[in-house]
Amino acid sequence: MQFGIFTVGDVTTDPTTGTTPTEAERIQGMVTIALKAEEVGLDVFATGEHHNPPFVPSSPTTMLGYVAARTERLILSTSTTLITTNDPVKIAEDFAMLQHLAGGRVDLMMGRGNTGPVYPWFGKDIRDGIDLAIENYALLRGLWREDVVDWEGRFRTPLRSFTSTPRPLDGVPPFVWHGSIRSPEIAEQAAYYGDGFFANNIFWPREHFIRLVNLYRARFEHYGHGKAEQAIVGLGGQVFMRKNSQDAVREFRPYFDNAPVYGHGPSLEDFTDQTPLTVGSPQEVIDKTLTFRDSFGDYQRQLFLVDHAGLPLKTVLEQLDLLGEEVIPVLRKEFAALRPANVPEAPTHQSLLAASTVQAAR
Amino acid sequence: MTTIAVVSAGLSEPSSTRLLADRLAAAVQREAQAEVRVINLREHAHDIADNLLTGFPPPALRTAIDTVVEADALIAVSPIFNASYSGLFKSFFDVLEPDSLAGKPVLLGATGGTARHSLALEHALRPMFAYLRATVAPTAVFAATEDWGGDDQGLADRVASAGRELADLVNGKPSRPRPNGFDDPIPFEQLLGRGELTRPAD
Repeated sequence: MQFGIFTVGDVTTDPTTGTTPTEAERIQGMVTIALKAEEVGLDVFATGEHHNPPFVPSSPTTMLGYVAARTERLILSTSTTLITTNDPVKIAEDFAMLQHLAGGRVDLMMGRGNTGPVYPWFGKDIRDGIDLAIENYALLRGLWREDVVDWEGRFRTPLRSFTSTPRPLDGVPPFVWHGSIRSPEIAEQAAYYGDGFFANNIFWPREHFIRLVNLYRARFEHYGHGKAEQAIVGLGGQVFMRKNSQDAVREFRPYFDNAPVYGHGPSLEDFTDQTPLTVGSPQEVIDKTLTFRDSFGDYQRQLFLVDHAGLPLKTVLEQLDLLGEEVIPVLRKEFAALRPANVPEAPTHQSLLAASTVQAAR
Repeated sequence: MTTIAVVSAGLSEPSSTRLLADRLAAAVQREAQAEVRVINLREHAHDIADNLLTGFPPPALRTAIDTVVEADALIAVSPIFNASYSGLFKSFFDVLEPDSLAGKPVLLGATGGTARHSLALEHALRPMFAYLRATVAPTAVFAATEDWGGDDQGLADRVASAGRELADLVNGKPSRPRPNGFDDPIPFEQLLGRGELTRPAD
């Protein structure tokens, strides 16, 4: 099982001090967090993609390329890459390039984006969101898998004798996850291709995500990629920890109360009851995370959100220390002991390369 | 068993809005076999505000929403504030999922100090439920303070007519399950085909 972090990349005022990081500080902070993730033994760093303030990560492969140069082991991913408003040709090129630079330590997560104005800024219409996700991704797959592509569609200029360069590293396209917070069509899409499905599992009750994951698993089996329990599932989670549970609650409460998305609404206590958020000791995070398996079945990737709502960089790095020292080692052991032998690990470049070599030999 | 959800946005306790809601429910029950489930929005005010901010209903509000969505008919009653429905009344319907009330028989009621506010039913409540594609009974019932006393049978008559209309809508219309992308997903080939030209050209 893979463990990691995913970041939205928001620039948010620290409500306890009133200070707001500059874009430069936030971008450097995100890089520091990524490097720390490798240092403490996490497997994955994923960045969001946004094209409006107060978010900074508009160019994920630029950031991930830089992180790749300064890490050895970390898998670089996205949460999410906008399959609706990006040109699929540019996604194909950017992530193939990143694969080469990172020695294959790359996968990505497709998402639609739910900010209406972003669509027209890129010449698109949010009402076409699902159709864009379907057409663009079908083209993206083709660009990675066929050397010469002739293509026409609804949303982009036709391609005649087009070759996307560089070709994927070792001829193996990056593994793709599809993220969705409400659309059964995206679970269906992930299942059809046998790709991974990621439920962000933050800010909403888990029941909301369970029906998406269950649909994805059932349809994964329907399309003949394996048993439902062998489908490739990733989950998010949101945590804030201190050694002592009460300290965590006391310290996080002002960030919670003023947070974007859910601030000024429910109490921290109600929200931790109703959503996957855990605020407490490392042991409480371990206990809550293990319950995800009861709700979603055995899964392959767990990403935590640790750096939003204006938390200072120093605090975030302390969260990563606690994750690396006290939480992840226990979760690795517990999840591994519980996982049946027929449930696969998340695909990596190495495993996909090995599988394609076996395929070619047949 | 047919179920009728009653949503009352009255704020005081006891509330004339709730009183009207109960009268309307009783009038429907005289004409149709139905179980009535009452939701006092006052009890869900905090949850409704939280739902507006977080995008999901806390458990008690979830139950109330399910009651409304799953009911065969709805009686919705609001006090009239500033020439329209109350903010709490509107906010409750704002947090329902799209299409939740499509095709649902609805009876509207409102209360206010004087009958001068009565047309708010027609220019505020009825258009909102038309927008939500509910099937709204022709008679909407307004109760002013003076309607609760005196010899005038007007309110009782209006309540009875409205009750009959909703009962007719319920009796004449078997409920049918709404399509749901989870129980019955659109096969991916069909999604791919929507673009016609989306497949790589051969």
